[in-house]
Amino acid sequence: MKRFFGFVKKEFQHIFRDKRTLLILFGLPIVMIILFGFVVSTEIRDVKVGIWDRSMDQASIRATQKIFSSGYFVPAGYIDHEEEIGELFRSGKARVVVVFEEGFERNLLREDRAAINLIADASDANTAQLSLTYLQGVLMTYFQSMNQDVEVPWSVNMKSRMFYNEEMKGVYMFIPGLMALILVLISALMTSVTIAREKEFGTMELLLASPLKPREIILGKVTPYVLLSFVNAMTIVLLGFLVFDVPVRGSLWLLMLICMLYITLALSLGVLISTNVKTQQMAMFISLLGLMLPSILLSGFIFPIENMPKVLQWFSAIMPPRWFIVIVKNIMLKGTGFAFIWKETLILLGMTIFFILAAVKRFKIRLN
Amino acid sequence: MSLIIDHIDISFDTVQALRQVDFEVQDGELFGLIGPDGAGKSTLFRIMASLLVPDAGRCLMHGHDVVKDYREVRKIIGYMPGRFSLYMDLSVEENLAFYARVFGTTVEENYDLIRDVYEQIAPFKKRLAGKLSGGMKQKLALSCALIHRPEILILDEPTTGVDAVSRREFWDMLKKIQKEGITIVVSTPYMDEAEMCDRVALIQKGRLLEITDPSVPSRSDGTALFSLRSHKGVYAYLEKVRNLEACMHAWLFGDQLHVTLQSERDADHVKSIIDGWGDSSLEWEKIIPSIEDRFMGLIEQNNI
Repeated sequence: MKRFFGFVKKEFQHIFRDKRTLLILFGLPIVMIILFGFVVSTEIRDVKVGIWDRSMDQASIRATQKIFSSGYFVPAGYIDHEEEIGELFRSGKARVVVVFEEGFERNLLREDRAAINLIADASDANTAQLSLTYLQGVLMTYFQSMNQDVEVPWSVNMKSRMFYNEEMKGVYMFIPGLMALILVLISALMTSVTIAREKEFGTMELLLASPLKPREIILGKVTPYVLLSFVNAMTIVLLGFLVFDVPVRGSLWLLMLICMLYITLALSLGVLISTNVKTQQMAMFISLLGLMLPSILLSGFIFPIENMPKVLQWFSAIMPPRWFIVIVKNIMLKGTGFAFIWKETLILLGMTIFFILAAVKRFKIRLN
Repeated sequence: MSLIIDHIDISFDTVQALRQVDFEVQDGELFGLIGPDGAGKSTLFRIMASLLVPDAGRCLMHGHDVVKDYREVRKIIGYMPGRFSLYMDLSVEENLAFYARVFGTTVEENYDLIRDVYEQIAPFKKRLAGKLSGGMKQKLALSCALIHRPEILILDEPTTGVDAVSRREFWDMLKKIQKEGITIVVSTPYMDEAEMCDRVALIQKGRLLEITDPSVPSRSDGTALFSLRSHKGVYAYLEKVRNLEACMHAWLFGDQLHVTLQSERDADHVKSIIDGWGDSSLEWEKIIPSIEDRFMGLIEQNNI
C-alpha cells in the first residue's frame, strides 16, 4: 500500500506541475460548456425564412416585414404550394417557412383570431428550436403593439412544426453528451498519454525493473484521474444546472455511480491504448481519432442515431458514450430510476470488464 | 557467485545482438564490460535486469533466474539504464523519495549508503531533475539505483556524456560502494576506464572477446607495440603505416599512432622506412601495451 500511495503522490505531482495537463483537465470542460451553451446554441443570425402567404393582405404583409426587419432573418422568397416547403428545406434555401392562413386579416378583424404556422427544418435541432422561439417573439411583439388600439384583443394562434426530427431530440442532449465527451477525453486521453510518456522517457524501464507489480503501476497511474474526472463530471452537472437550468430530476447518487462506472471504463480504455503505443503522440492520435471523434459523431450527441445508416447504427452500439448518454439523459432529464436503465448500465459494465481484462493482459512485464 | 551468464543468445528481427555470451561475476566484484557502441552491452544489461528474455542460455542473479524468478531479481538489483530515466519534472529529492517508496524503503533507512553520492547534489535537492547538469544527473540516478541497498548494482554506461572530472569522481564512488559489499557490473565505451575494474570483459558485435584482470600484465605473444608521433599530426600516416608489410594493425591513440608489429625484429626495418618519409619530427618508440592497446588489437582482429 505504501508503494501504491507513493506512486499516486508522484502522479499528482506530474499533473499539478504540467500546465498543459492542468489546462486540459480543468479549463477544457468549462470552455466546452460555455462554447456549447452560449455560442453554439443561443445565437442565431441571418436565418433564411421562406414565406407562404395564402392571403396576401395588409396584416400578413406587415407581419412579414416585421420578421425581416428584426435583424435575425433574411428572406428566402415566397412560395405557394405545400410541396415547395420540402424543396426549400432540402436545397437548403430556407431553414424556416412561415405560413399565413387564408384570409388572415379578415379573420383578425372579424373574429379577433388568426393562425400562423411556423415550420422549421429540424435536422439542425438547435437552430430550428431557436429560430422558432425568435420568430414567435418577433410576431408576438408586433401583434401586441397593434392590440393597444383595439377594444377586443386579437389573438394570433401560432403553431410550430418540426420537419425531420419531430421530437426535437438532441436539444437538451448537450449536457449529457458533453459529459460523455469530456470524461472520455480526460480519462482515456490523459491516461494513455501519461503511460506512453513513461515509455517515451525511459522511466517505464525503471518501473518494470522494480518490484512494482503491473496492477500497481496501472492503478497508481489511473487513481488520480479517477478523482479528477469525477470532480469534472460533477462540475459539468453543476454548471449545467446553474448556468443553463439543466435539471437533475433523478437520483444524484445514481448519477454519480454511473459517472464512476463510465470513468472506469474510459480509464481502462486509456490503459489499453497505452499498451499498444510507444510515444505520447501516438497515444494522443489514437485517443483523439479512435475515441473522441466517434463519441462526438456516433454517440447520438450531435446526430440522432435514428437518422444514421444501418451500418453506423451498429457501430454506435459499440460506442460506450452512446449508452452513457442514454442513461444520463434518463436520470437527469426524465428522472427515471435504476429500473429503466439497468440494461444500458449492464452494457457499460460488460464493456468495462472487457477493457480492464484486455488492458491487464496486454500490459507487458518486460520490454520485449 | 553473484552473477552467472550462461551461453546467452538473443536476436532482434534478423540481427543477432548477443552470441554465446558466457561469464561469471564474483561476490563483491567490480566487473567492467567494455565495448564500442552497438556491441550489445545494453542488451546484456537489460537481460540482467529481467527486462529482456534471451533466446537461449540462462542468466542468474544471486541464483535467481531472470526469466523464471524475475520478481526476486527485481528486488535485489539496482539498475541504472543507459539513458537518463528519472522524472524530469520532479525535483531531486522527490525522485529519490519516489524510488525509495517503490522499493518499500525510505531515504533515511539507507542514507548511509548513498551519503557520499547524494551529498554532492544535496544543495540542489529542490531543483527539478531535468535542470541538472550531466554529471549531477548521473549522481542522482546512482543514488536512486542504490536507495534500496541492492545486492547487485548494474550500471549501463553511467559515464557516457559526463565530463572527465565527473567521470573520475564517479569511479571513486563506485569503489566506495564496492566496499559496502555490493557487487557492481558496469559498462563503458571508454577503454581508459577498464583499469578501474577488478576484471574487464571486452565485448564486440555481440561476442565476448576476452576477460582480463587489468592489473596483471598481459602475456607476450611475440608481437611488439610502438608509438609514432609527429608535430604535424599523425593522421596522414595512418594508411601508410597500415600498408607496411610488418604492421599487424595500427590505430589512432590520442595524438599518436599505435602500431603493432608481428615481431620486434621488424622494428629497425620499419624505422628506416619511416625515416625515408622525410618528416624530421616523426618519433618512433617502443612502448609497453596498456589494456587499451590489448583491446584495440583484439577489436582490430575481430573486425577482419
